[in-house]
Amino acid sequence: MIKQRLIVQKVCFSFLKIAALLNGAALAVILYFIISRGWRAISWEFLSQAPRDSMTAGGILPCIVGTMALCLVTIFVALPIGVASAIYLNEYASQGKLVRFIRLGINNLAGVPSIVFGLFGLAFFCIVLKMGVSAASGGLTLGIMTLPVIIGASEEALKSVPNTYREASLAMGASKWQTIRKVVLPVAFPGIITGSILGISRAAGETAPIMYTGAVFFTPDLPASILDEVMALPYHIYVLATAGTQIEATRHLQYGTALVLIVLVFGMNLSAIILRSKIRKNLRI
Amino acid sequence: MQTHIKMHTKNLDFFYGDFQALDQVSIDFIENRVTALIGPSGCGKSTYLRCLNRMNDLIAGIRVKGLAMLDNDDIYDPSIDVVTLRRQVGMVFQKPNPFPKSVFENIAYGLKVNGMKDKAKITRIVEKSLKQAAIWDEVKDRLNESALGLSGGQQQRLCIARALAVAPEVLLMDEPASALDPIATQKIEELITELSSKLTIIIVTHNMQQAARISDRTAFFYMGKLIEVNDTDTLFTKPELKQTEDYITGRFG
Repeated sequence: MIKQRLIVQKVCFSFLKIAALLNGAALAVILYFIISRGWRAISWEFLSQAPRDSMTAGGILPCIVGTMALCLVTIFVALPIGVASAIYLNEYASQGKLVRFIRLGINNLAGVPSIVFGLFGLAFFCIVLKMGVSAASGGLTLGIMTLPVIIGASEEALKSVPNTYREASLAMGASKWQTIRKVVLPVAFPGIITGSILGISRAAGETAPIMYTGAVFFTPDLPASILDEVMALPYHIYVLATAGTQIEATRHLQYGTALVLIVLVFGMNLSAIILRSKIRKNLRI
Repeated sequence: MQTHIKMHTKNLDFFYGDFQALDQVSIDFIENRVTALIGPSGCGKSTYLRCLNRMNDLIAGIRVKGLAMLDNDDIYDPSIDVVTLRRQVGMVFQKPNPFPKSVFENIAYGLKVNGMKDKAKITRIVEKSLKQAAIWDEVKDRLNESALGLSGGQQQRLCIARALAVAPEVLLMDEPASALDPIATQKIEELITELSSKLTIIIVTHNMQQAARISDRTAFFYMGKLIEVNDTDTLFTKPELKQTEDYITGRFG
């Protein structure tokens, strides 16, 4: 009997272990695939020049700058609105009909396919608000798409702040806003920032929301303002791989671009982790 | 000796939604005395304590009826500013809950949120409060270190110092020693006795020996009702009601 139980346990554990290992393996395979095919494309010229010869040579500087510009707009839009919404929902709002309605909206926003965000952005930001295809339109579209992630992460961070902190502060004659501003937010801040950056780095890799709203096939110029159209890394990969003049000949450029995108996203995630541990240390938790 | 009633409630009812947690509770709290609230778990003593600085306001769906007075002010009057009330009626909680800030910042917090900007004055009051809470000697060399590095007993005395910093007139304590070891508990008890010369203290405790040791008056709660309130010595030696006697002799509860 005991033996049989042990065997069942072993089988189950092995299964769980394999499932967990598959995650790591998937990442390793993707990285190997992209690095092995893309690293030859990486050079100073690749990172510092615009594409040449119908995008079969030269670099991807406009794409790097474009993606960064989109991310910046996304941050400026989604971070304040997302964090403010989370504070309202978690700290101020009584759990009534309005809050349920807002939550329903947020949850549904998270379920909308990214191409629908792209079409909405085109119709609303580009056409109705007359911002055209621009970093602003693309960033706003990405921002709306990222909002549910930021709100979710921020609410989790606020929920993890022990209620005893709030009580202690209020019991000393602090107002609710003082309590949030001076006790709750500093403790929740690392979690908010990490979650938000993870959400934004996810947005950095999106293609569908920006292909109608912010990114263009080709522009050799770097954006001078946020109302300029931009090239973007994910869209550039898509263009080279499906619509270029010489799809096979530019394979190494496609993988090189993918590699740059991955490094960029990893860099953002890494900075989120470093920032979090730094703030935690300052907070003396 | 002339005694002044610092706080009192008259026929106080309290409801969580439809559930009545307090039923017609009337107690007078004498200035600069320690009053202990005792009774079995769920008898309403903590709820009652939290009515006195309106901490219950944070819970949705509560209702209060009856009178609760601080000196001559009805604390549930719409004209009362809850923030000011909570500065006058401080609170120490069951579990030590220092902020994740330095020892100094923990004490200075209450002063800063109440608008004090003078740094020298803040430093002076921080020192005074820590001395009042009998923890100055233990923390004076680590004022800039995290309060979370202190032991549980030290943290609780820090929380008392933090509450004292804003100069409350009444201090509510919700089982302040229940999470502490006997030595830390003894220090807190000595501190309470010392503070009561200048402060009205209302303390909830599960520990009847503690109530007997530190309080001047004791109120016994059962099922949301005040059963008996009297001088501590009288209540413990000659309780008027059998119910009180049964509880303090450990026959139920």
